[in-house]
Amino acid sequence: MSEPMAIEFENLLRQALTPVEPPEDLSQRLETTLTSLTELAADELEGWELRSMRDPRNWARPVAAAAIGTAAGAGLVVLRVRAQQKKRRELSANPFQYAEQTVRAVGTEVRKLVHRH
Amino acid sequence: MDKRELDQQFSELYRAHLRDVYSYAYYRVGNHHDAEDLTEQTFLQAYRHFERAMRESDGRPLRPWLIRIAHNLAANLYRDRSRRPQTAIEDTGALSALHTTEDLVEGRDELARILDGVKELPDDRREALIMRFALGMDNREIARAMGRTDGATKVLIHRAIKQLEEIVAANGGGG
Repeated sequence: MSEPMAIEFENLLRQALTPVEPPEDLSQRLETTLTSLTELAADELEGWELRSMRDPRNWARPVAAAAIGTAAGAGLVVLRVRAQQKKRRELSANPFQYAEQTVRAVGTEVRKLVHRH
Repeated sequence: MDKRELDQQFSELYRAHLRDVYSYAYYRVGNHHDAEDLTEQTFLQAYRHFERAMRESDGRPLRPWLIRIAHNLAANLYRDRSRRPQTAIEDTGALSALHTTEDLVEGRDELARILDGVKELPDDRREALIMRFALGMDNREIARAMGRTDGATKVLIHRAIKQLEEIVAANGGGG
């Protein structure tokens, strides 16, 4: 193929592989997801004060937020731990046992996430 | 760099390269549904590792790093599904939307033949062409995204174009 024909072919190739605009709903969904992840982590960490630690029911969220601060995917941790909370509450003999189980569950989920990646 | 500044920089990276990542994903996986998933996963993974990437980039552009993430995720997608794309670039909507006037009908057919040819290329050659022509990346960027040397990338692209010309000619496109 001659030089001009090669150039022409490359021009056609450039036209064929025209950049594709992402769908509007994808952009919105992604921005919402990323914003939620960053804001959730920041808010939770800012609210992590000692007084909140007096109530064992508050332990799970700050621990999860610390995880999110280092891994966006850890948003899953919060969802999973929350999903398991009701069952743990029913099975726990007292609030301290419930809190201990919740913290342990957060640790387990974070470890799963870290190992997965 | 504090977290707010880091998030701000990630936001800029996202806005600057969303179209690049989506274009790469679309031409790589061949349909909008998987391209959306791939794009979403790419940015989530990029966010997780952004701080380290910033540290290690030494001021170099991060687009090749983003595309490399998308490349790895796409490879995982195919490995998990144990299949190649059913029809690469199956949705012609994007193409037809870009060439709507009647006098371009003949040209559109030619472009369609070229796209058909692209999907017949080996993965590495196809990816190199996507990066060069859809994303406008130069050899150095493509080399970084593909983990190759600049020289090897130049050869790869040259061979990819040559093979594509042969495929298009063999399929009746003439060239």
